[in-house]
Amino acid sequence: MWIAATLVFAALWLWGGEVLPWAFEVPRAWRPPFAAWISGVLDWLTKEAHFGLFTFRDLTRFISAVIDVPYQIALGLLSGGATVFGVPVPPVGWLGVTLLVALLGFVLSGLPLAALAGGAFFFIAIFGQWTSAMLTLASILVAVPLGVGGGLLLGIAGHRWTGFGRAIVPFLDLMQTIPIFAYLVPILILFGFGPTSAMIATLIYAMPPMTRITMLALQRVPDEIVDLGRMIGCTPRQMTWRVMVPSAQEALMVGVNQVIMLSLNMVIIASMIGAGGLGFDVLSALRRLDFGAGLEAGFAIVALAIALDRLSQAAARRRPAAPVSNEGIVGRHPFLLSALTVLILATLAGLAVPAVQTYPETGRLSTGTFWSEVVEYININYFDEIEAAKNAVLLNVLIPVKRFLISLPWLGVAGLLTLAGWRLGGPRLALLAGGLTVLVASTGLWEEAMTTVYLCGIAVLIAMLIGLPIGILVAERDRLWASVRVIIDTLQTLPAFVYLMPAVMLFRVGDFTAMIAIVAFALAPAIRYTVLGLRGVDPALIEAGKAMGCTPWQIVTRIRLRLAMPEILLGLNQTIMFALSMLVITALVGTRDLGQEVYIALTKADAGRGLVAGLCVAFIAIIADRLIHAAASRSRAQLGLSDGGGHDAA
Amino acid sequence: MNTTEPKLVCRGVWKLFGPNAAETLRRLGPEADPAALVAARLVPAVRNIDLAVREGEIFVIMGLSGSGKSTLVRCLSRLIEPTAGEILFHGRNLLTASDAEMIALRRHKMGMVFQHFALLPHMTVLQNVAFPLEVQGMPRTEREERAARMVSLVGLSGREGAFPRQLSGGQQQRVGIARSLAADPELWFLDEPFSALDPLIRREMQDEFIRLQSVLKKTIVFITHDFDEAIRLADRIAIMKDGAVVQAGTPEDLVLNPATDYVREFTRAVARAKVAKAGSVMSPADGVAERPHVATRTSVAEAAPLFRAGTEAVAVTGADGRVVGQLDRATVVDLMLGG
Repeated sequence: MWIAATLVFAALWLWGGEVLPWAFEVPRAWRPPFAAWISGVLDWLTKEAHFGLFTFRDLTRFISAVIDVPYQIALGLLSGGATVFGVPVPPVGWLGVTLLVALLGFVLSGLPLAALAGGAFFFIAIFGQWTSAMLTLASILVAVPLGVGGGLLLGIAGHRWTGFGRAIVPFLDLMQTIPIFAYLVPILILFGFGPTSAMIATLIYAMPPMTRITMLALQRVPDEIVDLGRMIGCTPRQMTWRVMVPSAQEALMVGVNQVIMLSLNMVIIASMIGAGGLGFDVLSALRRLDFGAGLEAGFAIVALAIALDRLSQAAARRRPAAPVSNEGIVGRHPFLLSALTVLILATLAGLAVPAVQTYPETGRLSTGTFWSEVVEYININYFDEIEAAKNAVLLNVLIPVKRFLISLPWLGVAGLLTLAGWRLGGPRLALLAGGLTVLVASTGLWEEAMTTVYLCGIAVLIAMLIGLPIGILVAERDRLWASVRVIIDTLQTLPAFVYLMPAVMLFRVGDFTAMIAIVAFALAPAIRYTVLGLRGVDPALIEAGKAMGCTPWQIVTRIRLRLAMPEILLGLNQTIMFALSMLVITALVGTRDLGQEVYIALTKADAGRGLVAGLCVAFIAIIADRLIHAAASRSRAQLGLSDGGGHDAA
Repeated sequence: MNTTEPKLVCRGVWKLFGPNAAETLRRLGPEADPAALVAARLVPAVRNIDLAVREGEIFVIMGLSGSGKSTLVRCLSRLIEPTAGEILFHGRNLLTASDAEMIALRRHKMGMVFQHFALLPHMTVLQNVAFPLEVQGMPRTEREERAARMVSLVGLSGREGAFPRQLSGGQQQRVGIARSLAADPELWFLDEPFSALDPLIRREMQDEFIRLQSVLKKTIVFITHDFDEAIRLADRIAIMKDGAVVQAGTPEDLVLNPATDYVREFTRAVARAKVAKAGSVMSPADGVAERPHVATRTSVAEAAPLFRAGTEAVAVTGADGRVVGQLDRATVVDLMLGG
């Protein structure tokens, strides 16, 4: 069946050009004007939509104004210079904030975390990144509670009313796969340029995972706990807030960690629509080719990311401590009180001693020039070598693959994907894969879509080629895995933006640079899932292999890799998702794919164009995700690791 | 003790899983044939159950996994909505009670112990035990004082501040028991409370349960898959198979007169002498005086040592001390040796 399909496909590709020109490029007349429709709806919303007493625009501006208040308060406390209703907010100052963070670290997990978190903030202060970092942190401080709260409520609603839950899942899928730039545009149009828009974008980006985790966590609360709640006569409200949510607390805290990290990622990117902060510093430094300044801001992002991640993870792992003593307020809340004391003292001291409020200019360090010189040195002395390597890859791999993919007829690709969907998951999957492919083609963005597939595909291939051997090597060595794990955990907390910088510095702009950045970003999941899969293999089977006299090579290839296949496939899936999300960001360095299309739409504030291109990326992601998931569950069923799933349609 | 009014009565209760269950059942009638139900794509979990649990008795529902016993106990407490039938608590049909009435009933009249304890992980022992009272809105000092009494009742004094994860399985179930008793319920459901425990601990917990019941005198519905446990604890047992009750009666009834081969299979390993009571295996008194005597409720195994001296028969006396019959040596030997 596959051979026949491939032959038909090849025939279409080679000789179809003259007979069926429309199979290669959808004629203009057939393309529904999706972009114009979307822009039209937005236009109507902003100009005409009316709720009687106020317009839609009034509503969105009102929401912006409401969100702006807590943002200004947070900003004022953290770095000063903000006013709420005309009243200036007293700044806590850098010393106070650093001490508070350290205290939080101590409460959550003890001295090491206190040192790490405090150290990270101190680092930010010394390197003169305080103001930008606090802008970023203020956005996060406002966006995270809203994102967690909103996601929690949506998740609870989705759990309580199954119909609602089923209805929101496709939206959650879309929200998580549409590239972030794509919805920056409509938000910009609806909410105006500035930090509040950036925060709303952050909310939209960070809420879906929380919703999903909430639904999953509530579903996993043991039935007996639910029965208990009903047997002791809980009202529905008590059931939700006193029984279900506390029982699911541990899983929910994982969601909070995710929201924080995604918010950070988004806030950095949203700098482009006027949020300011560290992301903006990095971007403008990159544009000036001032690599030293860019790297310093980048380090500040890394410090902030690590501190936030470790703090929220510690909060997730924290278990209720020994029984609380009842010795009045002081005995019950020792840490809250000491935090308040630090807060008040630092604010007061800051008013008297400026050095406590603003880190003194004279104490600042800057390694900016040093880094600039390092990059310059490399670029001067190794220019030829770097350039040669880059060109060799470009000419021999990237460009031929790109040409090949672009020359493929959309009709043939849709046919092949439909067939794959049919074989892996039956008619529904076939319809989904084929239908989405046709939709992408009908937008007229086929060439950009194939460029996306090419860049992403090569990057994923390279990431897997590097990640698999590392995974195999590491999986059997516990101590090595422990340290590799710390590294990839840390790498995964870094905002995607950070990966772009070194690549741009060494290779300037273009496809090659984008590829390097994507590979770097997507490597972590490739390694992680390989290791998890290999380590999950039943040790009894490996012993059986040894007892049969398998060589170590045979054990790896015949037993471990075969059984770890489902996990590795899921790793491949994650790698693709990571690659796609990075891809859009690489548009900043001049690729010519869908990401670029979204980015151009962003700069032109063309919401329709941006959303259409964004949806195309989402569709590519969904096709890949569904096909690989089907393949994984099929291979799992074949290995007898779980029941159901893989039925052979042939 | 078995003469008091039934407290909980269950009449013609069905639970079917699948589409249009209630309608199909109405069409097929109360004697619906299992094959017809399967044809209607329904899974019968509980089939046409009639039971009466009397005040102050331990009523054990025993069945293997999949027999529908857990579904039945959840129907009794209306955690699962039965497809058809009536559940009468003090003569009031629970199935027509409103949500608010059910909440009130469960808060004040019912308690339940779960197989896997169902303790809330974020609360201490004391908070867990006080939780049902907290849900009712009882003030903190009062509920904690009551919870502390319950904790000491189950022998966990001193561990009030511990978290569930710091306790052993047996201790966790003690917390579960204390919690289910905190609101002083009339009706006490125990769903395989000791099944998740090690055999030695299980034995210890059964003794503890007998001790508690001798003090508390609750009306108890106890679910188990362990026939020995049922025999040990029950005043009466109902044996379930494929969603229906095969036989219901006292442990003695089941052991001495098993209704079906299925029941006989369970009772085979039980030492009948330990279950059979003197009152039910005695023969008419032959009038010989000056014999050792035992009460009707004494088990044959307990009476056996009296025959060591070569005695041929032992007098059996009723509650008022009068001789109502005699226990013959041959009967005792038969029961003791017959296993």
